[in-house]
Amino acid sequence: MITKVKIDPITRIEGHMAIEAVIDDGVVKDAKSAGTLFRGFEIILQGRDPRDANRLTQRICGVCPTAHATASALCIDDAFGLTDKIPDNAKLIRSLILGSNFLQSHILHFYHLAALDYVDAAGTVGNLAPFVPRYEGDYRFSSQVNAELVKHYLKALDIRRKCQEMLSLFGGKMPHNVGVVPGGVTEKPTEDKITNFLWRLNEIRDFVDNLYIPDVIAVAKSYNDYFGIGMGCKRLVAYGGFHLPTGKLFKPALISPDLHPEPFDARNITEDVKHSWYADSTSGRNPANGQTKPDLDKKQAYSFIKSPRYNGSVCELGPLARMVSNYVQNDEKTKQLLDPVLGELAVGVDALFSVLGRHAARALEAKLVADSMVDWLQQLKPDDPIIVPSEIPEQGDGTGLNEAPRGALGHWMTIRDKKIERYQVITPTAWNASPKDDKDQPGAIEQALIGTKVKDKDNPFELVRIVRAFDPCLACSVHLLDAGRNELGVFRVV
Amino acid sequence: MTFAGDDRQMYRKGKKVTVKKYPVIWLQGAGCTGCSISVLNAVSPKIQNLLLDELVPGHQLNLLFHATIMAGQGEPVIEVLKDTQKTRKAGYILVVEGAIPTAHRGLYGCVGEKDGKHLTIEQAVVDLGANALLTIALGTCATYGGIPAAKPNPTLCKGVQAIFNEKGIETPVVNVPGCPVHPDWFVGTVSVILFSGLEALKLDNIGRPMLFYGQLIHENCPRRADFDKGKFAEKLGDPGCLYKLGCKGHYTYADCPLRQWNNGTNWCVKAGSPCLGCVEPGFPDGTSPIYEKITFEELK
Repeated sequence: MITKVKIDPITRIEGHMAIEAVIDDGVVKDAKSAGTLFRGFEIILQGRDPRDANRLTQRICGVCPTAHATASALCIDDAFGLTDKIPDNAKLIRSLILGSNFLQSHILHFYHLAALDYVDAAGTVGNLAPFVPRYEGDYRFSSQVNAELVKHYLKALDIRRKCQEMLSLFGGKMPHNVGVVPGGVTEKPTEDKITNFLWRLNEIRDFVDNLYIPDVIAVAKSYNDYFGIGMGCKRLVAYGGFHLPTGKLFKPALISPDLHPEPFDARNITEDVKHSWYADSTSGRNPANGQTKPDLDKKQAYSFIKSPRYNGSVCELGPLARMVSNYVQNDEKTKQLLDPVLGELAVGVDALFSVLGRHAARALEAKLVADSMVDWLQQLKPDDPIIVPSEIPEQGDGTGLNEAPRGALGHWMTIRDKKIERYQVITPTAWNASPKDDKDQPGAIEQALIGTKVKDKDNPFELVRIVRAFDPCLACSVHLLDAGRNELGVFRVV
Repeated sequence: MTFAGDDRQMYRKGKKVTVKKYPVIWLQGAGCTGCSISVLNAVSPKIQNLLLDELVPGHQLNLLFHATIMAGQGEPVIEVLKDTQKTRKAGYILVVEGAIPTAHRGLYGCVGEKDGKHLTIEQAVVDLGANALLTIALGTCATYGGIPAAKPNPTLCKGVQAIFNEKGIETPVVNVPGCPVHPDWFVGTVSVILFSGLEALKLDNIGRPMLFYGQLIHENCPRRADFDKGKFAEKLGDPGCLYKLGCKGHYTYADCPLRQWNNGTNWCVKAGSPCLGCVEPGFPDGTSPIYEKITFEELK
């Protein structure tokens, strides 16, 4: 029997998202991923002071605002002709601010967004909101382990808060930091701040090493069938990110399904709109020439997100893409982190293309970033400059490419008469949660859902575990008006 | 204030006491989740205390719906909304985060789906707002529209009070703005209500608690002495008053300089950034360009 299952809202993600899966004989045959909120940031930015993009685009997302702050700063630096002049201190402080946000975001994602799919919290604290209602059934830990993981859930709330406090030493406040600005940063790296930051960081590193990574491994051992669930498109993209004086922490690459890295070139990115609520005339454009022109009358559209593609191919972005990119390009630190964990779990690199692989990559990436931050702190020079002065050019184009907690992030802008003429943002979740493209290829999350066996249609754990493993950020990305509706006989909303 | 059916009887030091439980529905509209993340940054009490403990002795919140943290998903959680508005009339607190898109029958923003029908944010705010005891509009989007309502306001976003006025909903609204809101402003507002009742909460003429929004940033600014001496920063990173770099602290009412952010670690002006005026109804159109000086004449 064919059943259509719709989960709306998908909770415990950032933003508003819905999933629709067509299930035939217990297997997902087709899937639609869609967001349910559209704000129109790119339209709101037109005509404004170019520098304001740096403050306003942060408000795209309160979970990962610093990713937008740094991408827009890079974009404005580029358009203002400052890229080669940014002081080393500024590169390091921007990276420390972004790194702090990676840590808060990854810890929040595992413990507070994803873990309740695996940990029986209501079994420990009782049937209290917000831990009920929920899906019932597949909780596999003993009551003792559940109680321990609930303690870690609460402890992780403190640690993620402390990540924000650490960030605000240089960023001023969080969410929505004020420290990252075009040309550099605003806070000087005095010795007392460096030491203060270091010891906050040490407490967080201790948590990552001794609780976060072991807890992810514990989930992986008890739910090890999830190394075989949610494979997805297997083609990865990393733009590269954390712009340091000595290069980038994450290496850019396009990774083919046979794990072969190829050079990445942003000019190969296009955005299709056949299944999105935008004018067909805007389809297939590179974001440097992109347009955001809503068209609500398109019958085949089911999402307000566009479909970013690389040379026409569907790609997955995120910690998995970054860690695999670094791994296959022989980054020593990444190999030292990944190899022992893959050994302990007795799986190969290929098993990372899965629900558990995405969680493991994210946890290990948290360690890579946190440990690297110690080195960055030591490279700061308290008496050196932190910013270069700048003027708004009459006209110019800028591109800002970086890595956000959820994957590669790009900002593109055009300046005319000292004002923003065009601003385009492509977020990682836009790639991951994109609808079908002009060739009708499903997006990355849709592909990860298709082929999945669903044991219990009333409690479809498999679907939400797959979706949440991508850590979708909908405010950043996906926008839906009204999907083509209910053409099938049986419709279940769960 | 009376809340229906959530009181918990318990024994404390041999005495029977009643703990009042206040159901809370937290809706997210056209926003960025930043206000939720900010409230997660609360310190005393911590978010764990807000969720699980008596916030003030004998009074406890009971968060029935919050899409970012609740365990459930899909139709069962939309049932929670429907059930609350029906069975707890005037017996719950509604918190709204994010603006309310009204263009195209509200379809630019949906909370979820039930029986194959979209529940728009607008409809949810109207239905739940009309039946709530009181509504807290949290953050500048929910209070005054904020960035989603900035020119040209592509989705016709509005704040909660504007929607209530249009629909004739008389439920009291407390505006707790900020981009994002400071966690203490939320916790403090709730504390006044639980300790002393809504009537004890003194609001300014745009609905904000005077306790937090009673003084200008400029009045308490640590760079105020520089302003008085005429020592102005000429570019970002310089010492001195940030007035010439576009600081909006001269007409922004909030206690950031005294309270600071993130457990008292830092705040915008201390970190060398002009105040963005993010708690004001004009944010961002009336407070930008962010790095340009705005004269007092222009404010009128």
